[in-house]
Amino acid sequence: MSTVFIALQANEETRPIIEAIEIDNPQAVVNRQPAMVKIDAQGQLVIRKSTIEEQLGRDFDLQELHINLISLTGNVVEDDETLTLSWNS
Amino acid sequence: MQIDLRTVAIQPQRQAFDHLVRRFGDKPASRYQEGSYDIQAAENLHYKPTWAPENELYDASLTRIVMQDWYALKDPRQFYYSTYTLTRARQQETAEANFAFVESRGLADMLPDELRDVALKVLVPLRHAAWGANQHNTFICGYGYGTTFTQPCMYHAMDNLGIAQYLSRLGLLLGDTDALEAGKQAWLDDAAWQPLRRYVEDCLVLRDPFELFVAQNVALDGLLYPLVYERIVDEHLSVRGASAVAMLTQFMSDWFDETRKWVDAVLKVAAAESEHNRDVLQGWTRSWSARAASAMVPVVELALGAEADEAVGQQLAALTARIQKTGIPL
Amino acid sequence: MDMKVAKKKLGLKEKYRALTRDLGWDTTYQPKDAVFPYVGYEGIKIHDWDKWEDPFRLTMDAYWKYQAEKERKFYAIIDAHAQNNGHLNLTDARYLSALKIFLQAISPAEYASHKGFARTGREFPGVGTQVACQMQAIDEIRHAQTQIHAMSNYNRYYNGFHAFADTRDRIWYTSVARSFFDDAMSAGPFEFMIAIGFSFEYVLTNLLFVPFMSGAAYNGDMATVTFGFSAQSDEARHMTLGLECIKFMLEQDPDNLPIVQNWIDKWFWRGFRVLGLVSTMMDYMLPKRVMSWREAWDIYGVENGGALFKDLARYGIKPPKGWDDAEKAIDHMSHQFMLGLYQWSFGTAFHSWIPSEEDMNWLSAKYPDTFDKYYRPRWKHIKKLADAGTPFKNYGLAKLCQTCQLPTVFTEPDDPTLTCHRQSVYKGQKYHFCSDGCQHVFDNEPEKYVQAWLPMPQLFQEPINGDLGAWMEWVSLRDGKDNGDYAGSEDQRNFEAWRGLATTNQ
Ligand SMILES: [Fe+2]
Ligand SMILES: [Fe+2]
Repeated sequence: MSTVFIALQANEETRPIIEAIEIDNPQAVVNRQPAMVKIDAQGQLVIRKSTIEEQLGRDFDLQELHINLISLTGNVVEDDETLTLSWNS
Repeated sequence: MQIDLRTVAIQPQRQAFDHLVRRFGDKPASRYQEGSYDIQAAENLHYKPTWAPENELYDASLTRIVMQDWYALKDPRQFYYSTYTLTRARQQETAEANFAFVESRGLADMLPDELRDVALKVLVPLRHAAWGANQHNTFICGYGYGTTFTQPCMYHAMDNLGIAQYLSRLGLLLGDTDALEAGKQAWLDDAAWQPLRRYVEDCLVLRDPFELFVAQNVALDGLLYPLVYERIVDEHLSVRGASAVAMLTQFMSDWFDETRKWVDAVLKVAAAESEHNRDVLQGWTRSWSARAASAMVPVVELALGAEADEAVGQQLAALTARIQKTGIPL
Repeated sequence: MDMKVAKKKLGLKEKYRALTRDLGWDTTYQPKDAVFPYVGYEGIKIHDWDKWEDPFRLTMDAYWKYQAEKERKFYAIIDAHAQNNGHLNLTDARYLSALKIFLQAISPAEYASHKGFARTGREFPGVGTQVACQMQAIDEIRHAQTQIHAMSNYNRYYNGFHAFADTRDRIWYTSVARSFFDDAMSAGPFEFMIAIGFSFEYVLTNLLFVPFMSGAAYNGDMATVTFGFSAQSDEARHMTLGLECIKFMLEQDPDNLPIVQNWIDKWFWRGFRVLGLVSTMMDYMLPKRVMSWREAWDIYGVENGGALFKDLARYGIKPPKGWDDAEKAIDHMSHQFMLGLYQWSFGTAFHSWIPSEEDMNWLSAKYPDTFDKYYRPRWKHIKKLADAGTPFKNYGLAKLCQTCQLPTVFTEPDDPTLTCHRQSVYKGQKYHFCSDGCQHVFDNEPEKYVQAWLPMPQLFQEPINGDLGAWMEWVSLRDGKDNGDYAGSEDQRNFEAWRGLATTNQ
């Protein structure tokens, strides 16, 4: 299975987002690099609005991800509740 | 060891980039200047476009307007991406608050039916006209020459899209998805909208970027915005108790006030350049504003009935005066 | 009268349809071909533009809001960087060579991309596609501007930045990036999307931005980290647009496959050559290195690119033709480039240098199969000449590849001791290439590539006529300041003196 990833800037705003991604994707591997956190996962990675909101303690619009996003790979499927990255192979 | 770098007084080697020193003298340049002047490739272009082999990749001769230096068409707002985006972000906050206010107080439901109908009938089909404007400004940015002229057109195109989206939201708030469908139907089929749709479609095949600038940003907007947002929304609807509609269109009113200064500045510099430019601009402004005026009459009638002719006539006179002020004799 | 009916709550997709996708209509007063004149000639068949899937469904209000937040952060950092002499935080001023190349070659490419996307944002007949392209068009001017603004402060203190608007159009090495973007812009709208949206953005920009910006972070350059990551956050949208676009073409008609495959082959190789410069920045120009070009390639090229092409295999897409040759070049290219840059450093508006013993040890650890065998001996030789006071300079003209415009400094894929050289004859004229990949690109469209402006022959034409000093003036290169070896340069002297002021009490 191929690896998908999402990379976010390393800062206070992304800390709870990264925690939420770890909760929703126990198989994911978190790589911390200078100024950047890169999260790799086999096949699929799901980012869930509700989990981020729990970590954050406030409402969160998934499109807020754009502010601190550095890069991602995979086919993107976005709805109100989730953003999913996946490869079909 | 922590170094306190602020305390180091060192002499800069130079004030600004060479091309800005050549233009503006040996002094620090503004961010607008840095982000706008001479950043389009100018020489030694590698290949002719396969889509138009007779043209250059960046080709000033796509328009009949001739400028010694296209960078003379400066934006008086000095918008570069950052200042543009911050300005619009503030405005969208206000727009958001206005929509929330109208929604939370149920103001849309309190509108008299007849006024709500007028608002929907006039405003919702305009989202398609705004999409047309988006197409034209995107074109001008893509094919126009020189960043000071083309970059505001990209911002303008995105504004046109934003306006189309606000009009869609207005339709959803005062009506529902049905209102959007009815608006599109009217745009496509109703007699009142056909002259305007034809105007927009005729502009879609214009490939002179500056003529398109005149047809859309000078002539059509110059009539449409004051007629719709001042004459119909502010004067006609608000006076009769539909001021909620004006809250939902505040973005458009503010936007027109701001952007017309840029549009006028472009006309003024282009007209001052030469007799030739003045002649070309005179022809374009004359014919496109006459066409735009007649296209607006049936639209304005939807709200003002028999007063439409007069309202459009007044606005055309005001636009003519505005254009004359830029140095184009009409 | 209470007619209040609960309104349908629209989901993200329905809302985007209502607010954006539904804005367009089929024109009736003007024929479609006149409204969209360039969409057909490349042979791509699209039956239903409504099938376009929007990668991200941002409306303008959200766009303004989020982008403004990014902008505020960016300029706050840039301002602080300028006010606090942030440039003295650099590990070493030789690092700036990487930024000088960036400003001269990549920032103008951002601008070209802005123009190109404005054009496709108008030329594609589908609203969803158009809006995605338009957002990229406005993002790309953002990138050009944030980069110029971030480097403006470096320009005040260091050489090599001042003439980027001149070198962009005249100097030889910027022609590599310029010809790439001119090539894409002179192509039709679909090929442009494959060239920039897919090949460059999706397959390659991670290689450009991510390791490079981490490198900037390692080397104390917060200005660059900030513009890099800030730009890259838009890039995530752009890459997804590129991927969406290629899937859309392939799903619309099976006849599109061979055309798309041909473009992928072409643009992968074109992009690989442009990014060759990045290999040198990573392996040689960062005083403190974050990872080698080889390591970056393994992550972003092999792993990611591999996953991508595996995913696209369901449409019949094969990995790009030049993929294997690229793989074979990875362990060589940065060394070959840097050796080239060093010998032609009299003609570059940035410095190069002979790697130190410590640098070379790092390189041999990272390139155990190639560095000691092929490149250390050459550096040693060059070092000997420099120590003897007769530094190695190649005033001979580099032979440039007609396609990628790089000097033909690369070796045969299967023989690193043999310089690779190809030629084709077209209409009785001989043309030179650096590789099979570049020759194929030329042979497919010779009528296009014969038009290429080659900067080296320019040296012998009007108004230069072979006069090196006149050439330097023409490209706004200040001899003895902008060019040559970093060792002994004004940049080096100034940086060390200023750092000295900061760390002592003088
Ligand atoms: Fe970019
Ligand atoms: Fe080549």
